[in-house]
Amino acid sequence: MQEYFLLFIGAMFVNNIVLAQYLGNCPFIGTSKETSVAVGMGGAVVFVAVMATAITWLVQRHVLVPFGLGYLQTLAFILVIASLVQFVEMFLKKMVPPLYKSLGIFLPLITTNCAVMGIALICQREEFGLFESTMFAFASGLGFMLALVLLAGVRERLAVRRLPMAMRGTPIGLIMAGLMSLAFFAFKGMI
Amino acid sequence: MIVTSGLTLFSIGLGAAAILGVASKLLYVKEDPRIGLIEDSLPGANCGGCGYPGCSGAAAAIVAGKAPASVCIVSDAETAAVVAGIMGQEVIEREPELAVRDCSGGTRAEDAFHYEGALDCRAAHLLYGGSKTCPEGCLGLGSCVRACPFNAIHMGPAGLPVIDPDECKACGNCVDACPRGVITVSGMSARLLHLNQTTDCLAPCRQKCPAQINIPKYIEQIKAGDYDGAVMTIKERNPLLVTCGRVCPRPCETECRRQYVDETVGINMLKRFVADRELRSGTHLPVACAKDTGKKVAVVGGGPAGLSCAYFLRRLGHSPTIFDAMPALGGQTRYGIPEYRLPKADLDWEIQGILDLGIDARLNTSFGKDFTLETLKADGFETIFLGIGAWQASGMYAEGEDLDGVMGGIEFLTAHALGQKPETGDKVIVVGGGNTAIDAARTCVRLGAEVTLMYRRTRNEMPADMEEIVGAEDEGVKFKFLAAPARVIGDENGRATHLEYYEMELGEPDDSGRRRPVKKEGSEARMEASLIIPAIGQKPDLGCLYDDGEGECPLETTRWQTIVADPDTFQTAIPGVFTAGDVYTGPDLVISAIGDGRKAARSMHYFMTQDHVPVPETTQKGMIPYTLFKEIGQVERKKRAVLPHLCHGDERNCTFNEVEGSLSEAEARAEADRCLRCGLVCYDRDADAPTDRIENANT
Ligand code: SF4
Ligand code: SF4
Repeated sequence: MQEYFLLFIGAMFVNNIVLAQYLGNCPFIGTSKETSVAVGMGGAVVFVAVMATAITWLVQRHVLVPFGLGYLQTLAFILVIASLVQFVEMFLKKMVPPLYKSLGIFLPLITTNCAVMGIALICQREEFGLFESTMFAFASGLGFMLALVLLAGVRERLAVRRLPMAMRGTPIGLIMAGLMSLAFFAFKGMI
Repeated sequence: MIVTSGLTLFSIGLGAAAILGVASKLLYVKEDPRIGLIEDSLPGANCGGCGYPGCSGAAAAIVAGKAPASVCIVSDAETAAVVAGIMGQEVIEREPELAVRDCSGGTRAEDAFHYEGALDCRAAHLLYGGSKTCPEGCLGLGSCVRACPFNAIHMGPAGLPVIDPDECKACGNCVDACPRGVITVSGMSARLLHLNQTTDCLAPCRQKCPAQINIPKYIEQIKAGDYDGAVMTIKERNPLLVTCGRVCPRPCETECRRQYVDETVGINMLKRFVADRELRSGTHLPVACAKDTGKKVAVVGGGPAGLSCAYFLRRLGHSPTIFDAMPALGGQTRYGIPEYRLPKADLDWEIQGILDLGIDARLNTSFGKDFTLETLKADGFETIFLGIGAWQASGMYAEGEDLDGVMGGIEFLTAHALGQKPETGDKVIVVGGGNTAIDAARTCVRLGAEVTLMYRRTRNEMPADMEEIVGAEDEGVKFKFLAAPARVIGDENGRATHLEYYEMELGEPDDSGRRRPVKKEGSEARMEASLIIPAIGQKPDLGCLYDDGEGECPLETTRWQTIVADPDTFQTAIPGVFTAGDVYTGPDLVISAIGDGRKAARSMHYFMTQDHVPVPETTQKGMIPYTLFKEIGQVERKKRAVLPHLCHGDERNCTFNEVEGSLSEAEARAEADRCLRCGLVCYDRDADAPTDRIENANT
């Protein structure tokens, strides 16, 4: 039990997928201007990351490894995730239209989200089982959402301050992300 | 190895494609092809100004029939036409709208505390409501400027947002961004329908004006030389500006802040100045009306309330017909106000301007005789306005008042206006102290009689306007104060010859705060009279509402013979029947009738276009207490203008020529310059005036 708990806390805070691994940087900067948008994007990432990790785990264990094709991991995963996102989009549009509408543009954006890919790959590198993988993906997704919402909060406040022209927008966003990343280093001592 | 890798990836891809292919068959969502077509026609700005999540949201809403083809605020009429074409619809034109800023405070609104927080109005507002003493004024940190996606707002030099009308797309982002409601997006109809709110920037004069005219705005326009603009500002609330400029007793001036520096601003003189300019030009400035709605409304009574109601209904796109029992429109402005105060030709010109907007008038048709509520309904009138005024003179309650030679004030003035030449003889006694009494007295002077005006209190308690009292004195009307009629004495032919009266003295104050006159016992005396005119009061003549003047009245009435209606919506007990003016309030000011006529028109508009009449909770009714401070510092004293007299001496007493003239342009500009351009708690100070009298404006 403790093991799972540590895995969860580790994925969410200590090895936070954006602030420690520095993956998924573009959606992180791009969608962190407003808290409401950040929550939507975070939710979408959690959902897709869990699904993608579970399926890529199955592909790895039942297709790539048995046939000795481990070197095709990256390419195969890209293909799987892209198709999965397409599928999820179709599924939601038909079955849960309100959720589809609220996710809007974020769903297709995730196709090219390296955080999702990263989570799937880390699970393989760490040789997690299926359950551990999905839990890790869930926690990492939550970590992504946490970082995104925190940065959005900071940037919403920054938007109303007087800043030097050259600093406005992405530059100050990146600086803030850097500072947050430093702050997250403090979690290293937890585990 | 390459072959294996290729094949593997190919088969994974093929598998995924197969699954997606099957899924796309199973999970296919049928989408209206028009959505895509419409989305392609929209500009793709995805600004959300239309209220839908981006252009595809808007396209879906149009196809679903939830939004009109013209929903996009960015695109032009051409795009709307294309979209309407795709939908197979006609384009419904949207009334042009624009963001407007009402606040006039800016940097001159004082600081309540020193604020050093985030430079954003919303953030500042969270801290004790912001740093300005005015609770509704602009905080000046420019949230609206940043919120505008079209760069249509910038901060002006006075610390207030300035809107560029050419760039504004009326998207309303600035409205959402402003925590104090300083900016609103509105078009003509919305402005006509707007009732003053306590959250508006209302100078004291503007709060007091029964017609809710934006007084500071038109005065400022006069100051800037924009006289046509001033006329249009007034016409947004009052179509009878030539009339009001002459006869309005100016309730607004009683609240003018300037009186605490020297004298009130001559607000009504300024109104008359611009009204007369338009009058003398001989052409009516064009007044815009909304697109025809095809709804027929009946306005019963062509007095100020009826004319105002019909005018505003017409401007809102409806088709009113005015029914009036008299041979000409104008009601008591025509039949109760003498020619020397309001020339009939000027009144005709003004009324013609209103009718020219497309209003029908049926004269000499009496309500209750020629038509009834039922026949109007049957003729397809969707709503009915009753503005039949108060035409019945109240009696003196004195013995003998039904003798020949006794004639009520309003009857006398009406008979005179109709050219019936009522017999005055050479000694007239007018009883009463209001404007009707003075009008009757001054009319009799002009007809060559010697006139005594009898009033039961003293001159200070007379309800008539001071200018009118002074005018009457100048023209030789004699006053008999502290006297009340006891009985009318007649000769053997039944004709009044004398009025017996009591002397009175003032006792304790009554409910109205005025000291109650008490009869001095044994003080009876007689005064000779060829005509006695009681002008004590008027009440509505509701006979016309009854079948043949008798029986059950279909409407609820009060003991003052006025019609009962909802005080907010002016709707009577019969749905679709509205009222205002003297028949609702009892005898009141012309400007109150005009103001209420508009409010009734507003209710009728909502009644016909939606199922209820909205009355916002913040609607301003009384004066807003914190705006009524009396310490006005740092303002130089300046003399108030005086209206010129047009005729003097004999000419004045023997003819009905207009007595007062209009200001010259230079005088009007100087008078407009005296206006302090007040907001709720702010006003213009003179930079070099002494500062010793400044007090905190909020105390
Ligand atoms: S934000 Fe305000 S000023 Fe700018 S376009 Fe929209 S309504 Fe007009
Ligand atoms: S000074 Fe001008 S704005 Fe102020 S109350 Fe008087 S007329 Fe109105």
